[in-house]
Amino acid sequence: MQAIYEKPKTFIDSATHFCPGCGHGIVLRLIAEILDSWGMRGKTIGLAPVGCAVLAYNYLDIDMCEAPHGRPPAVATGIKRVHPDKLVFAYQGDGDLAAIGMAEIIHAANRGENITFIFVNNAIYGMTNGQMAPTTLLGQKTATTLSGRNATNDGYPIRVCELLAVIEGSSFIERVSISSPEQVRKTKKALEKGFRTQIEKKGFSLVEILSSCPIYWRMDSNEAMRYIDEEMSRIFPLGVVKDWEAKK
Amino acid sequence: MANINFSRAYLTMKQLLTGNEAAAEAAIQAGCRYYYGYPITPQNELINYMSVRMPQVGGVFIQAESEIAAINMVYGSAAAGGRTMTSSSSPGISLKQEGISYLAGSELPCVIVNIQRGGPGLGDISASQADYFQAVKGGGHGDYHLIVLAPCSVQEMANLVYDAFGLSDKYRTPVLILGDAQIGQLMEPVEFPEKPNKKSPSKTWALTGAEGRKRNIVKSFYPVKGQLEEFNNHLQEKYKNIEEHEVRYEAVNIQNADVILVAYGTSARICKEVVKKSQQLDFKVGMIRPITLWPFPKKFIRKISENAQCILTVEMSAGQMVEDVRLSVEGKCPVYFYGRTGGGVPASSEVIKKIVEIVPENLAANRLLQLAEVK
Ligand SMILES: Cc1ncc(C[n+]2csc(CCOP(=O)(O)OP(=O)(O)O)c2C)c(N)n1
Repeated sequence: MQAIYEKPKTFIDSATHFCPGCGHGIVLRLIAEILDSWGMRGKTIGLAPVGCAVLAYNYLDIDMCEAPHGRPPAVATGIKRVHPDKLVFAYQGDGDLAAIGMAEIIHAANRGENITFIFVNNAIYGMTNGQMAPTTLLGQKTATTLSGRNATNDGYPIRVCELLAVIEGSSFIERVSISSPEQVRKTKKALEKGFRTQIEKKGFSLVEILSSCPIYWRMDSNEAMRYIDEEMSRIFPLGVVKDWEAKK
Repeated sequence: MANINFSRAYLTMKQLLTGNEAAAEAAIQAGCRYYYGYPITPQNELINYMSVRMPQVGGVFIQAESEIAAINMVYGSAAAGGRTMTSSSSPGISLKQEGISYLAGSELPCVIVNIQRGGPGLGDISASQADYFQAVKGGGHGDYHLIVLAPCSVQEMANLVYDAFGLSDKYRTPVLILGDAQIGQLMEPVEFPEKPNKKSPSKTWALTGAEGRKRNIVKSFYPVKGQLEEFNNHLQEKYKNIEEHEVRYEAVNIQNADVILVAYGTSARICKEVVKKSQQLDFKVGMIRPITLWPFPKKFIRKISENAQCILTVEMSAGQMVEDVRLSVEGKCPVYFYGRTGGGVPASSEVIKKIVEIVPENLAANRLLQLAEVK
């Protein structure tokens, strides 16, 4: 009998610490699938952020490094400069990348660092129990915006892809989601393109993935997927925002 | 920057360089190939020098967007197995503290140079020693130490930066060079003799891609109960080992001295002058200059204090190292303090005035004690 679907070898066989319905597990699995099929397990260095994915190294069987909250772009820069021929990726949440680490991501993009950034946007701080993130939607209720995010006090949701796209050093930027099998397939394609951008030494790549946090969104998993499609995707439109190949 | 010719022959000759330039060249001679920094006075000569020199030796120079980014680039290159360094001055070193704590917590080797200036806050740009507490007591969060080396000349800056890379690899720990604006900007003759061991020992723990081996993980997170305590115990064992083997100091004229000065860096240069001038006084002045501020030469100071009349600690701070001197002395002799703050540099005449103020009293007290013993 032929197996048509199985656990990727790069994905370590263990129960994950993620909550039911959380998107992190899906994205990490996609990374493992790609590294498996490209034979890249031994040529890759990954960065785990501070946030729910801090334990990503418990699931990915590759060399991995932790970074202080928000600093993965700087740490990844230091790694990549030592190993320019290894595939280096940083995996960051919205608090990590768009709040405390906004300076580092902008400047990594501006230097055109040949690194792939995987930006998991769940519009909330998961690990610290559901506070507002820079990407929290207007009106969205969180532990620190009990009556909903209010632009007057809290500012607006930040569109990271659009912001980074205007920076000359960025090469490939796409926003995808994990809300359905179809979207997950697109996410895998975007990750492949991000990695390929790096392997072909085309510079800075970032894939933003709209992801779910049913626990702190106070929703069940189905509602959470609908929320991604109907609410999040309106503010954060899916699609390629910048592509070095499209220029030609 | 001085018009410098970088040929090997030139470097083995005596050159007139600033302490900052000497630190940079010594790092390159020690095999450092990854430098990340952010400009701040009074260490700008160091970052400027690196920007020219690193590309010449096939190394990496990045002017980071902040000190925070710079120390985290160091963290990445150290994790990847590279010899790496950053430098800054007081406010910038404050920004680096989180990263330094992570480097200590992930047991990564690197060298950090702090050319201290006056504080707190923006302070000023003149020499200070007010970052002593931050340097030797931790600085960032958690129970950790850095090896802290304090040069007092341009040549010693070069030598200590060189040694710092060896020590950081040997113990897998960040090493801090604690200088000040005077040491950084002073020009003195320096040479860079060819030295062995430019290469790091093999780093089996480094991130290089897991081809053909089990994966490596660089981290400082121990969420499972008991694991972090175990790791901290391991760190403390390492620090004990460093305290046992790496203490360095210079002792000048300490035999039968009436007053022993304790000072490091620029204030030690001034105290050396006092020791010289004291030959004209009717009491003897000696000096102990800690070269490692951590590990502190506490055993030696304790031993000396048993026969000393009194100790005077001289610092460019409101009194920071004096606490370690007192802890070392454990009450065996009186410890006095003289310091200037906010960029003030003590003059040798000020130190002598302070000595005159404390010595007669002490000698008198001692005579009383002797009388009491005779009965
Ligand atoms: C300097 C610092 N500040 C704050 C924290 C606490 N902290 C841990 S995770 C986190 C937010 C993470 O949110 P995000 O990046 O969106 O990831 P998620 O957990 O939602 O996946 C915060 C604030 C920290 N560890 N370090």
